[in-house]
Amino acid sequence: MKRTPFIVRFLGATPKQGWIAIGIAAAITMILLPALHLLVPTGSPFHVSAYVITLVGKIMCYAIVAVAMDLIWGYTGILSLGHGLFFALGGYAFGMYLMRQIGRDGSYQSDLPDFMVFLDWKALPWYWTGSDSILWVLFLVLTVPALVALIFGFFAFRSRIKGVYFSIITQAMVFAAMLFFFRNETGFGGNNGFTDFKRILGYSITAPEMRVSLFALTAAMLLATLVLGRYLVTSKLGRVLAAIRDAESRVMFIGYNPLYYKLFIWTLSALLCGIAGALYVPQVGIINPGEMSPANSIEMAIWVAVGGRGTLIGPVVGAFVVNLAKSFFTVTFPEYWLFFLGAIFVGVTLWLPDGVVGLWRKLREKRAVGAVK
Amino acid sequence: MSAPSILLLHEVTVSFDGFRALNELSLDIEEGELRCIIGPNGAGKTTMMDVITGKTRADRGKVMFDQNIDVRRMSEPEIAHLGIGRKFQKPTIFENLTVFENLELAMKTDKRARVSLFAWLDDEANDKISDTLRLIRLDHEADRQAGLLSHGQKQWLEIGMLLMQDPKLLLLDEPVAGMTDDETARTGELFKSLAGKHSLVVVEHDMAFIEQLGGKVTVLHEGSVLAEGDLATVQNDQRVIEVYLGR
Repeated sequence: MKRTPFIVRFLGATPKQGWIAIGIAAAITMILLPALHLLVPTGSPFHVSAYVITLVGKIMCYAIVAVAMDLIWGYTGILSLGHGLFFALGGYAFGMYLMRQIGRDGSYQSDLPDFMVFLDWKALPWYWTGSDSILWVLFLVLTVPALVALIFGFFAFRSRIKGVYFSIITQAMVFAAMLFFFRNETGFGGNNGFTDFKRILGYSITAPEMRVSLFALTAAMLLATLVLGRYLVTSKLGRVLAAIRDAESRVMFIGYNPLYYKLFIWTLSALLCGIAGALYVPQVGIINPGEMSPANSIEMAIWVAVGGRGTLIGPVVGAFVVNLAKSFFTVTFPEYWLFFLGAIFVGVTLWLPDGVVGLWRKLREKRAVGAVK
Repeated sequence: MSAPSILLLHEVTVSFDGFRALNELSLDIEEGELRCIIGPNGAGKTTMMDVITGKTRADRGKVMFDQNIDVRRMSEPEIAHLGIGRKFQKPTIFENLTVFENLELAMKTDKRARVSLFAWLDDEANDKISDTLRLIRLDHEADRQAGLLSHGQKQWLEIGMLLMQDPKLLLLDEPVAGMTDDETARTGELFKSLAGKHSLVVVEHDMAFIEQLGGKVTVLHEGSVLAEGDLATVQNDQRVIEVYLGR
């Protein structure tokens, strides 16, 4: 029998309906919305505003994070409450490039970023070397969050830290990182972080064309993440991950070393978060240590829970539902947002253990049963 | 005179906070043998299996597999790859995977993560899984979620997973607990058919089952061997009677 080529298996893991949905999503995000933003005049009712493009682009970055969370939490049963760190590290890495692209257009007209001038630094610290090269910075985006995750994961998983202990340690990790980035001496802008970005590759960052390019790129990344995720969870590796979630000791006694399986999916998850962070920063125009606040990382887990764990598409839905609600609430009743978020979480935990996607499936099953009767 | 040893425990001692779970335990299992191990609760039966499979480290003593492999420093997956399969007291299967997938994961193959990422089931592997499904009488449940099986079926599935590993030595901790009489009898037949090709160590409380298996019986008590021999001899041993009936 001839072996099926890997690429066929890879793409075949996503079912036909999935590809149709991806096609539709791609057409909307890469053609329709950009066209409505660029070509339709501002006064027209069909014009899509910069606010909408930025908001949806930002939520798509969150959705990538949510899918990455689902791989490690939904499919492997390891709840991380520190994924905000990997997201922020990716964002800071790309932010370094954006800071260098400001050039002499900052308030102090210096070659150095404004915050360094303010600190009276005379030269760039060593770890900023090469930050004016987009290739080097993209390399950092792909390696730094993954490397941090790899090292942290190696020690945590090797020591067989599990369950709530692991969650608490990840939370402590992100908190410690936040305090570290708050310090001015760390060299990443202290509590103000990076902002006032001007250009990418010499093109203005506020130009509508740049806005829709970043938007389309984010959409492409989200769809690619879903295809990759679908392959992973349907591969044998995915079944071993599910097995680790169900009965880790059995996995070991049939000859798998869970360490490397966990380390792989954990590091991959961090890598995806790093990419999402790098796409997020130029779209929202700021990165500061607030992204590493423990509450942010907990919110990421809420997106996944709301959408439905272990479904891949659910976390995307969850990221949109929660963040659209957040945009609405923080404008209309800012002081009630956290209460509302807490209520969503309690409600989902009590009544929707499988999230929105689980509810939808249940309703469809009911209808199918009704049709048979 | 006798077959070579597949598993040799020599004066193995394990203590937990001063309590000696195993006390200079020595045991010799021959290749192809079917050995039953009995003993009252707390005799050290499960600890013995933990030591052999790498879950617990021995404080002192030797654990030799296949005559010259020292397993004391090896990890659980490494020991599994040597060819030691273990069935737990409580059926431990992957509840959210199907019966077929449970067997697929257990199958003897390269089990490194980077291989699993690209792994692909070929016809030969499919056939092997189908054979095992028939053997454990779950061929009509192949696509069923394993968590939905009856208790006895779960026990059989776990035994099937062990067989997929193609181990030289099977350690079976109370394999017929919770099975119907009919299922127990069939399990006995299966084990007897496996002996010879594989070596089996069965920990059980069910005397009728042990009688059916008919192998040599070892009685553990307070972490060491109290008596050894065929079932009748052991049952008539004065010390064994005291341990089980006395106090």
